[in-house]
Amino acid sequence: MPDEREFICVTCPVGCSILAKVEGQELIEIRGQACQRGEAFVREELTAPRRMLTTTVRVRGGKLPLVPVRSSAPVPQGLLFALARALRQVELSAPVGDHQPVMLNALDTGIDIVTSRAVEACEGYEEKPGAGT
Amino acid sequence: MYDVIIIGAGVVGAHIARALSRYRLRILLLDKATDVGDGTTKANTAIVHAGYDAKPGSNKARLNVAGNALFEQVCGELDVEFDRCGTYVVGVSEEDRATLEDLYRRGRQNGIRGLSLVGGPEMRSREPGITESVTGALFAATGGLVDPFALCYAAAENAVGNGAELLLETEVQGFLREDDAVVGVRTNRGEFRSRWTVISAGVHADDLMRAAGLDGFTITPRKGEYFVLDRAARAQVRNVLFPCPTPVSKGILVTPTIHGNVMLGPTATDIDDKENLSTTPEGLNEVLTGALKLIPGLESRQIIRSFTGLRASGSTGDFMIDAPKERPGLLILAGIESPGLTASPAIALEVVEMLREAGLELQERAEYVPLRRGIPRFSQLSPAEQEALIARDPRYGRIICRCETVTEGEVVAACHGAIPARTYDALKRRTRVGTGRCQGGFDLPLVLEIMARELGLSPLEITQKGGASNIVVRRTKEVAE
Amino acid sequence: MRSLTCDVLVIGSGPAGLAAAYEAKKHGAEDVLLLERNDELGGILQQCIHTGFGVREFGEDLSGPEYAWRWIARARSADLRVLSETMVLGVDHSRRVVASSRALGLVEILPRALVLAMGCRERPRGALAIPGSRPAGVFTAGTAQRLVNIEGYMPGERYVILGSGDIGMIMARRLTLEGAQVVAVCEILPYISGLRRNLVQCIRDFDIPLHLCTTVTEVRGRDRVESVIVSRVDEQWRPIAGTRQEIPCDTLLLSVGLVPENELTRMAGATIDPATGGPVVDEGHGTDVPGIFAAGNVVHVYDLVDDVSAAARIAGRSAGRYVRQGAPEAGQRIRLRAGENVRAVVPQILGLAALEEGPVVLQFRARHPVEGPVRAELVMGEGAGARVLLSRRHRYVRPAEMVTMSLPPALAAELAAAGDSARDLAVRIIE
Repeated sequence: MPDEREFICVTCPVGCSILAKVEGQELIEIRGQACQRGEAFVREELTAPRRMLTTTVRVRGGKLPLVPVRSSAPVPQGLLFALARALRQVELSAPVGDHQPVMLNALDTGIDIVTSRAVEACEGYEEKPGAGT
Repeated sequence: MYDVIIIGAGVVGAHIARALSRYRLRILLLDKATDVGDGTTKANTAIVHAGYDAKPGSNKARLNVAGNALFEQVCGELDVEFDRCGTYVVGVSEEDRATLEDLYRRGRQNGIRGLSLVGGPEMRSREPGITESVTGALFAATGGLVDPFALCYAAAENAVGNGAELLLETEVQGFLREDDAVVGVRTNRGEFRSRWTVISAGVHADDLMRAAGLDGFTITPRKGEYFVLDRAARAQVRNVLFPCPTPVSKGILVTPTIHGNVMLGPTATDIDDKENLSTTPEGLNEVLTGALKLIPGLESRQIIRSFTGLRASGSTGDFMIDAPKERPGLLILAGIESPGLTASPAIALEVVEMLREAGLELQERAEYVPLRRGIPRFSQLSPAEQEALIARDPRYGRIICRCETVTEGEVVAACHGAIPARTYDALKRRTRVGTGRCQGGFDLPLVLEIMARELGLSPLEITQKGGASNIVVRRTKEVAE
Repeated sequence: MRSLTCDVLVIGSGPAGLAAAYEAKKHGAEDVLLLERNDELGGILQQCIHTGFGVREFGEDLSGPEYAWRWIARARSADLRVLSETMVLGVDHSRRVVASSRALGLVEILPRALVLAMGCRERPRGALAIPGSRPAGVFTAGTAQRLVNIEGYMPGERYVILGSGDIGMIMARRLTLEGAQVVAVCEILPYISGLRRNLVQCIRDFDIPLHLCTTVTEVRGRDRVESVIVSRVDEQWRPIAGTRQEIPCDTLLLSVGLVPENELTRMAGATIDPATGGPVVDEGHGTDVPGIFAAGNVVHVYDLVDDVSAAARIAGRSAGRYVRQGAPEAGQRIRLRAGENVRAVVPQILGLAALEEGPVVLQFRARHPVEGPVRAELVMGEGAGARVLLSRRHRYVRPAEMVTMSLPPALAAELAAAGDSARDLAVRIIE
């Protein structure tokens, strides 16, 4: 017997309630999604859920102590903590650019972590050779 | 060796220190808290009472009337806002009419001027939002509003400016004795010797009396819970409104504050714990219910804050002001509950006279300065004054607290005052930062940064009110793993 | 005092202010001045580092800072004037604005049109009158967000979050990712008050316990919060005796609602709608003070930033047009009221002349959720005898999700024909 399961699509802020008939990892029937991304979302939830990662990393010599960063695409949900932990070790040197890569192919996901804004350097701060990561 | 040690830097202790600082004396003002005025002073009804309800002949009646008359002078010298707006006791029944007449007679007996009985219709025109059932009121023209903390802080600062020493976070653990005489105190910061020791310790006065070997007087902390309403509520409340007192309770009053908010309260519940400043659902409910009896149009959504104060209610029902013969060198002020704030400047003068009579030599200091100037309050200045202030120091142009319009300049000044603000609450009480409708939501991160910079501390070291009340606990990225 | 003039002055450079200023410029205002109290533009977006912004506005899933910088780039390209680190102290009905800054001191600004875009603020602990002690460690979720994301400090290690607003749920995830523990999220209502996607990706994904019909009834602790007492509540939100439970924690975060920030609106003399907490506005988001417009969350609190920008565009456009042409011919004006299961309607005033020119979108929220097919209706008259002018089907309604209804221009003629009986219309949601 297929199970009926409810999903709330997180792809966009509409947050459609989707009812899916599922057998194992197989999708039998689906309704409630307002667009096609809903079905793709449910298929992914059944096999390998993914989420966007957003956090911050440290900035040395910047006008702000942290710069917000994001994954360029959703990452495997199970890796969120590991990625957040890895990013805690990173320190960038100001000035930091917008969409500057912070971690390429992070934890072999094929996905990059990039800054989500620029941070200017403090007045009087000069980058020392070898500083930063 | 000090001439006088004053235990307790509340509004009474601060006024005593100030009154003594005009003489050639070595004065030490002690408090166990991180700031002056941290006990009953910081949490009470903030009213300068006319003095009609104290029992004729009592210390309370005498010192209330004497203290009240000093407020223009004291607040003028100390640069503290004071509004002699008058106060009302409101009657809502026939029985209340008799109570109002009693209070009127008692007030006349206490020597109070400016008392008048007001009829119901007249009261309605003076206070349009008042309950329909109003039958009359007693108006006391000499009643007024003040900021109790500001008064205490200003008096302490003026005392310090005139040479008195202030030690905070200094708790008295016992008295130094020579036979019967008290010759100083033992504290967590060591021993301090003195000719005279004044106990002015609010709810803790009886504990200190016992430590000095004096029994027979007890203080019961009487909890009073309050609500503060948004400035917008001022539209519904023009005057200070007391209900008629009943044998069980003085009742819940509705009052504007000197800063333009509205305050409701207090309850009156005797408790055991002298550190218990918690609010209760029952208490808060009682405050709201009581306030609505006077002004039915008050809206609970205007509430921005609730707090509790403890009154030092003494076992004799009157202020105790005594230099007991069996303990030479000790002067005791105990049971200083309402009208203690009003009486405080007069109590201080009385203490000075008692010490003089007991043989303390009082020589005037030529360099004594009774005047003290507070931090400029940007929001209270005219545009021209504001411009001049910003021109002098641009930090007065940066608004840190949007609800109360407090500037960076004021925050910086408070961090470097004669009694510096070292905690967020201390800063709040000096500048009103974070006391408005958003309750610090906007200013807190900015204030943390400014305080840390000005005090040479890390934001991790800034506390709300001393002790372990740190506001932030670690840097975001520093996780113990 | 230095005195400045401009065509349009916009107070606040968050998502509303940026969009309103940009749009005012595009629609005829030559000299647009944008005023911001912080040192950089973007308002609260700079601390909202999560994604979920921009799907409607840019067709991309952006973080808050990215969304802000896209708009800042637009503002730069449109050649707007900006005055940052400047806070408005007062406004009057003649649009005279006085502001203060470190660099300029007091400044008087006399714009030909004014757009209010101050956003909203969070409801603090005091507003809930939670009993108990007053220790350090009680924060609104947004203040915590700023501390964690911008200042770089954690307000605690072990959190209880009261309220399931979006910022609260987003902070639950954020704090968890930064190594802290969120031990409970309590919501007094039987349903969450934020978006459902946040329930999934911020709460369930991290196995954070969510307690519905539960509130915090006491705060304990002397210096720092040591624990909170939570209790289940009945239908009237009263704590149920015997359900008290103590949860040890060092921090209580509050996510219990946002309130439009309207001090300046009041000073300017605009009428405030008690249902929204914002000014009464017409279809062009003009207040009842001539030449003063309101953009975004100052009018009523939106769910999505993209919608804030969209609403602010309307206000900006109207301000631009006001500068160019003066007040438009109002024609017949209709008052819109909240009917059955509707909390408030924006705009509150509908001018038929404007409706003739193009569709007008009504925005409103349900008072109670209905998890089944419903109709949102625009009606004339009351109850069963009401004449339904427009009816739209919805699969469900939830208070957390704003409902919209687009009024077609064709409706203008029908309303004009109905004359006086159409002076007052209601919006209702029925099953």
